[in-house]
Amino acid sequence: MPSNVNAPFNLKELSIQYDGKLLLRKEILLDEPVFQQLLSSNYLTERKSIIRKNLKFQCQRCGNQTAYLFAKIPCQLCHHTHVYCRKCIEMGRVSECEMLYYWTGPTPKWLRHAHPCSWQGQLTSVQRQAAERIVAAIRNKESELLVWAVCGAGKTEMLFLGITEALQHGKRICLATPRADVVRELLPRLQKAFSTVSIQALHGGSGDKHGTAQLMLATTHQLLRYQNAFDVIIIDEIDAFPYHADPSLPFASNRAKKAESTTIYLTATPRKQQKELIRRKKLSHIFVPIRFHGQPLPVPKKILSHGLKRDLHNHLPPAAFLKWVNVRKNPNRQLLIFVPSILLAEKIKPVLAIKLKKAGVLKSKEKLQSVHASDPDRESKVQAFRERDTFILITTTILERGVTFPSVDVAIFDAGHDVFDEAALVQIAGRAGRSPNDPTGEVLFFHNGKTEAMVQAIDSIKSMNKRGGFSK
Amino acid sequence: MNCLWCYNEIIPEITWTNLFQLDKPKPVCNSCADKLEQLQGDRCIKCSRQTDAEICSDCQWWKANQETDPLEFNYSVFAYNELMQEIIAKWKYRGDYALCGIFKTYLEDAFQERFSKLKREIVVVPIPLSKERAKERGFNQAKALAEFLPTKCTDILLRKHGEKQSKKTRMERIDTENPFILENPINKPVILVDDIYTTGTTLRHAADLLKNQGCPAIYGLTLIRG
Ligand SMILES: [Zn+2]
Ligand SMILES: [Zn+2]
Ligand SMILES: [Zn+2]
Ligand SMILES: [Zn+2]
Repeated sequence: MPSNVNAPFNLKELSIQYDGKLLLRKEILLDEPVFQQLLSSNYLTERKSIIRKNLKFQCQRCGNQTAYLFAKIPCQLCHHTHVYCRKCIEMGRVSECEMLYYWTGPTPKWLRHAHPCSWQGQLTSVQRQAAERIVAAIRNKESELLVWAVCGAGKTEMLFLGITEALQHGKRICLATPRADVVRELLPRLQKAFSTVSIQALHGGSGDKHGTAQLMLATTHQLLRYQNAFDVIIIDEIDAFPYHADPSLPFASNRAKKAESTTIYLTATPRKQQKELIRRKKLSHIFVPIRFHGQPLPVPKKILSHGLKRDLHNHLPPAAFLKWVNVRKNPNRQLLIFVPSILLAEKIKPVLAIKLKKAGVLKSKEKLQSVHASDPDRESKVQAFRERDTFILITTTILERGVTFPSVDVAIFDAGHDVFDEAALVQIAGRAGRSPNDPTGEVLFFHNGKTEAMVQAIDSIKSMNKRGGFSK
Repeated sequence: MNCLWCYNEIIPEITWTNLFQLDKPKPVCNSCADKLEQLQGDRCIKCSRQTDAEICSDCQWWKANQETDPLEFNYSVFAYNELMQEIIAKWKYRGDYALCGIFKTYLEDAFQERFSKLKREIVVVPIPLSKERAKERGFNQAKALAEFLPTKCTDILLRKHGEKQSKKTRMERIDTENPFILENPINKPVILVDDIYTTGTTLRHAADLLKNQGCPAIYGLTLIRG
């Protein structure tokens, strides 16, 4: 490209900054004259942010077409009343009078890293098989691959070979995951594994990062600001909220990838829709049935607890739980208790603390804590449990996935409740037996009448164990 | 209809009283409405703060430090509780304009209750934003509220551009010079409308200007007593 000495900007820097993005004017940090010059020289191109399509609106940033998620605003910028999108408002308002901009100047050349991977660990043979399948998908530019790996299979490590392959060929990669917690946890691991590569993490609270690294780590929502950006997109936990329930996210990830690219989906608990695609051979997949330590998944036990609803209504633990807690196979294991609501998590805590201290299960009441999504101390409480300062943790479904504690038993109070669907139950059961030093753990479903979801979760765990070569 | 806040569908309840004439659709569902905290019980007659005293300590301070208070009184509708803070953040700072629809009937009721008996020629004046802030935000939240009231609304104040109020301490806020300019003096009583009453400085700056230029009486109507 001919270098323009008189230009008040550095084209190479700008291309790295803006290539692959889809932004509002207020997200482009350039002075008006520079911005106008880039537009008139077609380095930046504009498109409508909201279009009308057969009497319907569609937001071009998030894909929203739901009528009640558009509203009108008497706009002080253009002095007209027009629509804006309420769906993606958390990322700044998209108004009908504003345009979206994308880079159409010279494309940046990403580095080809000869030896990007600094990870010293070893893959098990099962992990290696999956890792090599991922490498092949990237090398052959296959458009999609689903990696179905049981909880505790060590999926992050399985990605390292594929990421290495992409970096060696100067590709740009994004690893997208549903929750900011997980982004924060993964960043140091990736930085350690790829110590010479520029990596950036983006999530709602990550401040004004530019999102310009070759290897990006982001919450799925952040993909709403990308277009035609990535050669490889890895989408973690596709079966989880919000990706599973929010059509904006598949819309965004689909737009964020380049025309010729590979999308890798990760899941431990594929939904019906994905299983169906696999069955009809519409989606290639690789199954990883064995945990990295080589032991089977703990199979949950259903425990019928009479009067469970009444007990929980009175904020009392189920009677059957109090019996079991005294006869646990390994009383040294920490205990993770899942409950269906925030209210119950808070209300049952003091009662349970008193009862368990009396029973000699707890040394002091402070060793039992509860946590939920809107708990301001959420991070520190999870950390305290991880460090064994807390012995028993009561939680809502926020801890159903993405978090690892080495040695726990798991109990669910009211496992028949609607919030515990099949995927949630399999994920929760997958919290137990994560460590090679304690690869088993008890998982108990306390219920007052078994549900379809409970039966299917147990069947599904058994069948995964069977596919992993464990006879029972 | 979907709830303006949580998006859940609102199913109108049919009862004997509305069987033949359905109620107006509600902007928020019952569960969200329950989490809004309306101010009630004993309140300071000057500023609407919940207190046992007739005049709260803040207002005593104003009384002691100003020769005449240009503001007759302020009336607020809501407490600044958790849900309200979330709504304000999304409405004002994220720019979800439609959320002001949540407040319409509450403001209409407040007007009926506290202001309808005052003189009929009363005029509503929203607290303005600076030009820069208006451009950034795309709308003035105070104006959105003012327009819900069943009386004439007029923009006669301008605001100079300056640093954000929220970055200053209480004393700094109270001591600052008047950020407003009065474009057209008015000789009718005025209700100043704003979203939040925190120290009362903003309303009093505006009221000062109006009073000095011939406005007979100035009241405040604010959504929230912070
Ligand atoms: Zn949108
Ligand atoms: Zn406009
Ligand atoms: Zn609602
Ligand atoms: Zn007062």
